[in-house]
Amino acid sequence: MNRILATLIATTLFAGTAQAAKDSIILGMPLEPPMLDPTAGAAAAIKEVTYANIFQGLTRINDKGEVASQLAKSWTISGDGLTYTFALQSGVKFHDGTPFDCAIVKFTYERAVAADSTNSQKGFFEPISSTACPDPLTAVITLKRPTGGFLFNMGSGDAVMMAPNSVANNKTNPVGTGPFVFKRWVKGDRVEMERNPAYWGPAPKIASATFRFIADPSAATAAVMAGDLDAYPLFPAPESLDRIRTDKRFSVVLGSTQGKTIMSINNERAPFNDVRVRRALAHAIDRDALLSALNGTGKPIGSHFVPGNPGYIDLTGAYPYDPAKALKLLAEAGVKPGTEMTIKLPPPAYARRGGEVIAAMLEQVGIKAKLVPVEWAQWLDQVFKQSDFDLTIIAHVEPNDLDIYARDKYYFNYKDASYRAIYQKWVETSDPAARIDLVGQLQRKLSEDEPNVFLFSLGKTGVWNAKLNGLWVNQPIFNNDLSGVFWSE
Amino acid sequence: MKPAWRSGNLLIGGTITVLILAMALVSLVWTPYPPTKIDIVHKLADPSAAHWLGTDPFGRDVFSMIMAGARSSLSVALIAVLVGAGLGVPLGALASARGGWVDNLVMRFTDLAFAFPALLTAVMITALAGPGAGNAMLAIGIFNIPVFARVTRGAALAVRELDFVMAARATGHGEFAIMARHVLPNISAVLLVQVTIQFALAIIADAGLAYVGLGTQPPFPSWGRMLNDAQTYIFKAPLLAVFPGAAITTAVLGLNLLGDGLRDLLDPRLSRSR
Repeated sequence: MNRILATLIATTLFAGTAQAAKDSIILGMPLEPPMLDPTAGAAAAIKEVTYANIFQGLTRINDKGEVASQLAKSWTISGDGLTYTFALQSGVKFHDGTPFDCAIVKFTYERAVAADSTNSQKGFFEPISSTACPDPLTAVITLKRPTGGFLFNMGSGDAVMMAPNSVANNKTNPVGTGPFVFKRWVKGDRVEMERNPAYWGPAPKIASATFRFIADPSAATAAVMAGDLDAYPLFPAPESLDRIRTDKRFSVVLGSTQGKTIMSINNERAPFNDVRVRRALAHAIDRDALLSALNGTGKPIGSHFVPGNPGYIDLTGAYPYDPAKALKLLAEAGVKPGTEMTIKLPPPAYARRGGEVIAAMLEQVGIKAKLVPVEWAQWLDQVFKQSDFDLTIIAHVEPNDLDIYARDKYYFNYKDASYRAIYQKWVETSDPAARIDLVGQLQRKLSEDEPNVFLFSLGKTGVWNAKLNGLWVNQPIFNNDLSGVFWSE
Repeated sequence: MKPAWRSGNLLIGGTITVLILAMALVSLVWTPYPPTKIDIVHKLADPSAAHWLGTDPFGRDVFSMIMAGARSSLSVALIAVLVGAGLGVPLGALASARGGWVDNLVMRFTDLAFAFPALLTAVMITALAGPGAGNAMLAIGIFNIPVFARVTRGAALAVRELDFVMAARATGHGEFAIMARHVLPNISAVLLVQVTIQFALAIIADAGLAYVGLGTQPPFPSWGRMLNDAQTYIFKAPLLAVFPGAAITTAVLGLNLLGDGLRDLLDPRLSRSR
């Protein structure tokens, strides 16, 4: 009896101490990153795991979407806007002990534009003409032309610093300068990381972090309710929010993202190479109804730009929901009623559920939509890499990614010379007023050509333990910066 | 004496089965609303005169979806059982007729097939060929083959020992003719009962596959997927899960009762004891 009592007391005490000393976090994410090198692929999930935690850039984007200092403690820009001089943080070391200095900056930026680079934002680095190192802690970057947004771009996940001796293995064993050290990746389940004991900045308050990948809305809800997850920053089951709100254990935090949810169209494939067909699709989809069906917190969009950004213009009226008009346009383009179109659906709920709604809407205009659910890796390979698709539903989450419509090769195959001309002008302009005008022209041009059907901005619904502090409310860039996260109490 | 509830089984089971079959057939020509028609304004409506079983999160009419779902469930189960019986019965008959290494081979094959649960087989097949109703039929069908092979072999072995089979053999009938004319008709009752049981199991398997997203693909409704879709709404609209769940339960119950009833009616051993 005494023994049992003693055991009981010991267990209670032990559990009590374990509870008070909580210094770990388990985060839920909908998609698993295909690999862990943010400079080698477009999947936002890579950055959601590694950005600001494992890898850092010269600058960073903070939770307000502003440029802040990181590995560069300060910088000066020459009067002509061509020379950026960065003063680097001293005493910074990679997780494997490699010192960080200007040579790393030079290596990183040169690697990003190299012929064999798979960086998804090569355009960010293209304006760089040279990187010079007058001393190890000073990096002087000379541009070919003034480039608005250069500091912002260098703060993105695509511009994080990597060391030559570890870069080859970063896809599976990322080594950066950040506050967390990669521990292990259990494929299909989770990525684990722990506090970097030799971190150059203020030590993070949590000792370890686990990212778990749960796309299914019901599974995510169950995991959150059961306390298996401490936080799900992009919660996929809005229908469960009412119930979670009434539960004092959790905080439900609504915010915004730069995510543009679109129905991407393969612009090279017939009949989608006909602008009338693309416009018909835009007319056939009722965005408000779609948002309502998905319980979405975002807003309808009319171009590849979300409200709240400087220069945003409201083009949602360009293609009002009008099945009759859609039918007419389809008839003009010679698309017969009963034509089958395939929609490939990646795992996020906005795609899987949105696909069913859109299929029903397309049925109203005589299009037979065949829904093909694909896993994330398949989507990246078939749709994103090989452009093997008719239609797909996806959220583009990068801020300021109007360049994807100006690329020679991008999965939806939009190739328009006049768009590229405006885009080029926008890139080379640094006068703010002129930039605002140009970004308006870009949005209008996209709305006019409707290369993709622009659906809605992706709202951000974060659900996390009420005692957890320091997670971002808004997601100006996709990441889960854990450096400032801590447990209260 | 035959207890009264036994014939009750046949009656109740038969009625339920016929009703579900009728529902599936009627859905070919008529449902209250088109089962894939989305009406967002009326989403999550409670049961009413307009929507007998209410509407789902996209405003689709649940009753129409259940009707159409019966069609997909029954067709998957039917094809699966046909595949299973079509291949399993001849295999079992062959094994019983030949004996020796043929028998061994067939039985070891069934052991092997039993080693893989139906769901795993289905996941494997869909991983190779992509999800869809066709592959679900195939997967469940393959799982059914060893069941029918074993039942056929066991029943046939017993019948082949009977005197009239020996008489037929003595009068110079070939093995094939004996099998077709004497053995199979005599085990047809056992097989028929097995068909109804496998049919019920196939409906559950189909619902399970659809539930995990490997069966009938959206937008065409299926009971299993309706259950899955209802899951996150369970606290908001619990009826959404109740109706497809009830449909699956009723169909399976009906078929099982029918199977029981048929066995009582047809099983020669039971008729002898009467």
